[in-house]
Amino acid sequence: MDFNALFSDFGGYTITGLTVGAIYALVALGYTLVYGVLRLINFAHSEVFIAGAFAAIWGWSALGLDRDSVVSGFGSIMLYLLVGALIAAVASAGTATVVEQVAYRPLRKRNAPPLAFLITAIGASIAIAEAFGIYTRRLPVGAPTVVKNDVLFTIFGAEVTAVQLLILGSALGMMVALDLFINRSRIGRGIRAVAQDQNTAALMGINKDRIILVVFIIGGVMAGVAGMLYDVRIGALTYSVGFLLGLKAFTAAVLGGIGNLRGALVGGLLLGLVENYASALFGANWKDLVAFVVLVVLLMFRPTGLLGESLGRARA
Amino acid sequence: MRQKLVRLVGGVAIAALALGGATACKSDSGSDGASGDGCGKKIAFFGALTGPASALGINENHGVELAVEQYNKDNADCKVTLVPLDSQGNPDQAPGLAQQAIDDEQIIGIVGPAFSGESEAANPFFAEAGLVHVTASATNPTLADQGWKTFFRVVGNDFTQAPAAAWYIENELKAEKVYVIDDQSAYGAGLGDEIKKVLGAKVVGSDKVQGEGKQNDFSATVTKVKSSGATAIFYGGYYQEAGLIRKQLTAAGVTATLVAADGVNDASYIEGAGAAAAEGSILTCPCMPASETGGTFEEDYKAMHGTDPGTYSDTAFDAANILLAGIKAGNTDRAKLVEFVRGYTGQGVAANHKFTETGDLDPASVRIWAYVVKDGKIVPAREIPKS
Repeated sequence: MDFNALFSDFGGYTITGLTVGAIYALVALGYTLVYGVLRLINFAHSEVFIAGAFAAIWGWSALGLDRDSVVSGFGSIMLYLLVGALIAAVASAGTATVVEQVAYRPLRKRNAPPLAFLITAIGASIAIAEAFGIYTRRLPVGAPTVVKNDVLFTIFGAEVTAVQLLILGSALGMMVALDLFINRSRIGRGIRAVAQDQNTAALMGINKDRIILVVFIIGGVMAGVAGMLYDVRIGALTYSVGFLLGLKAFTAAVLGGIGNLRGALVGGLLLGLVENYASALFGANWKDLVAFVVLVVLLMFRPTGLLGESLGRARA
Repeated sequence: MRQKLVRLVGGVAIAALALGGATACKSDSGSDGASGDGCGKKIAFFGALTGPASALGINENHGVELAVEQYNKDNADCKVTLVPLDSQGNPDQAPGLAQQAIDDEQIIGIVGPAFSGESEAANPFFAEAGLVHVTASATNPTLADQGWKTFFRVVGNDFTQAPAAAWYIENELKAEKVYVIDDQSAYGAGLGDEIKKVLGAKVVGSDKVQGEGKQNDFSATVTKVKSSGATAIFYGGYYQEAGLIRKQLTAAGVTATLVAADGVNDASYIEGAGAAAAEGSILTCPCMPASETGGTFEEDYKAMHGTDPGTYSDTAFDAANILLAGIKAGNTDRAKLVEFVRGYTGQGVAANHKFTETGDLDPASVRIWAYVVKDGKIVPAREIPKS
C-alpha cells in the first residue's frame, strides 16, 4: 500500500474523486427518481446518458468545433457550455421519453410482471448502445476542449481547475434545483404522491402517466448534462462507456438509499472518493474491487443505504 | 456493455460452429480432382475484415491481394485463388473458421491469423492438420513456444519492441525519470515489465489501469505521474486507453512524452487524445514505413487499392509471397509447403526472412521503427538500432 502517494497529495485525490463522484451523482438521480416512482430499475438509463454525451459532441461539431478546437474567452465558453448542455439535455430527455413510451408504458398497460420490465430495459439498453456503436464504427469520438483545464486556485494544497469547479458547481446547483422542484412545486408534489401510492394519487386527480413521463424527462435532463460534463472532463467518448458508468451510478444510488434524491448525491460523491483513494493506495487496478467491497460492507450495516429509501415518505 | 456483447457474440459463434460442423461433413467428398497438376490451389487470409478491430486486417488482406494478383499475372496458366476468412478478430470464432479452412483441401497455406488471441484459438487446429500459416502481425512471444510445427511469423515479437522503446527513451528522449503504465493485458503488461527490466532505476513509478474500455477516468494515475516528476511515460496497451490517458495528462499540465508500442500505433489514438495532446508521442512498431519498404511495393499497392499501404500491409505482402514462392517451386501439398517455409530464406519488402526453429523471424532480421505524432498524423521518426 502506497500511503505516501495518498497523503502527499491528499487534497488532489479528494478533488478529483469528488469530480468523478459528481457525474455519478447526476446519473444516479435518474435511477433513483424512476425507482422511487415505479419501483423499477431503468437499466436503459446508461444509454440515456450516452445519448446526451454524443449529442453534445455532435452539437458542438455542428457549431464548428472539432476535436482539436480550443474555446477561449469567458463569454464564448459559457455560451458553448450552455448550448452543449441544452442539446445534451434534449437528446437525453428524448431518449428517456422514447424508452418510456416504447419499452415500459405498453407493459404497464398490460400489468406485466416486474421481470418483463427488467428484460425490456436491458433490451433497450443493448439496442441503443449497439446503434451508437455501429454508427461510430465502434471508434472513440474526440470532444473539443470547451473548457481549458487551468488551475484557478489552491485549497488545502490541492489545485482546483476550471473543469473541476464547473462539474462540482453544476452538479450541486442542479441537485439543489431538483430538490426544490420536487419539494416545492405542484408537479413535485404530484411526483411524491405517485411515489407513495399510485392508485390513491390517481383518485386525487393526478394524471399518473403524465407524472411518470415527467420523471423520465427529469432523469434524462440530469443524465444529459452529466453526459456533457463527461465530454468536458474525459475528452473522448466511446459507445460502450455507458454500461460501466451506469452500473457505478446505480451503485451510488443504492449506496445513498435508492429512491432518495439527497442519497444519490451522497452516494455518488462517496463512491467517487472511495474509488480515487483506492486507486492511490493500491493502484488503479484495485479501485473497483475496493469500491464494491465498501458497498457490500456498508449495505450489511445499512441495508436501505446511507440515507434510507424515501422519495415520498419522509418529507411528504 | 462489452460483457453483454461477448455473450451475444458467443451465442452466434456456437451457432456458426454447429453450422460449420454440418457443412464440414458434406464437403469432404466434394473436392474435385482438378489438383492433379498442382494448379487451382488456394491460399487463405485469416483475420478481422469487419468488426471493431478490422482496420489492421483490411490492411493485411490488401497486401495479400496484391501479392496474389502479381503472382497470377506472372503465372496466368496456373493461378492461385485467395480465400478471405473474416474472423472479426474474435477468438471465439477462430476454431470454426480454422476448421473451415482445413476442410477445403485446396487451401494449402494461410496468411494469419492476424491477432495473438485468435492465433491461440486457431493455431492448434492448423498444427494438427499440418496446414502452414504465416502471421504478419500476431506478436505475442508465447505463440512461438507452443510446439506448433506449422507456425511462422514475419514480424518481430513483443520482446523485441520493449528494448527498442527503452532505447528510444534513453537515447533520443534522454529521460532520467520514466513512469510506466500498463493495462494488465498479456500484451500490455508484458511490454511494461520488459521496459522496467531494461530501464531499471530510471523507472520512478508505475501503475496499472483497466483495458478493454473498462476505464475512462484516469485521474488517480494522472496525479501519480504528475507528482513523480517523470519526463517520459511508457504505456503498455492499446490505443483507446492510451488516447484518453494522453488527453487527461495534457489537461492536467503533464508535458512528459508518451511512448507506446504497436498497439497504440493507429490513427484512433490521435482521435481519442486530440492532435494537440498527441503531438510528439512516440509509437514503436516492428513494421517499416511504406516509403522504406523498397522496390515498387508502395506504388503497386496504391495503384491496386487507391490508398497508401497501412500498418502491416507490407508484412502480409511478404507472408503471402513466401507461400506463393513455395507453390511456384512445386510444393503444392500441405506437407511440402510447411517444409518449404521452414527452410525459406529471402529478402522481402519489410525484412530479410529467415526463421528460427520455433517459427519466429530470426532476431537479426527484426527491424523496429519509431514513429512520431506530428500535426495530427503518425509519421516515421527513425529506425531503432539493435542494442
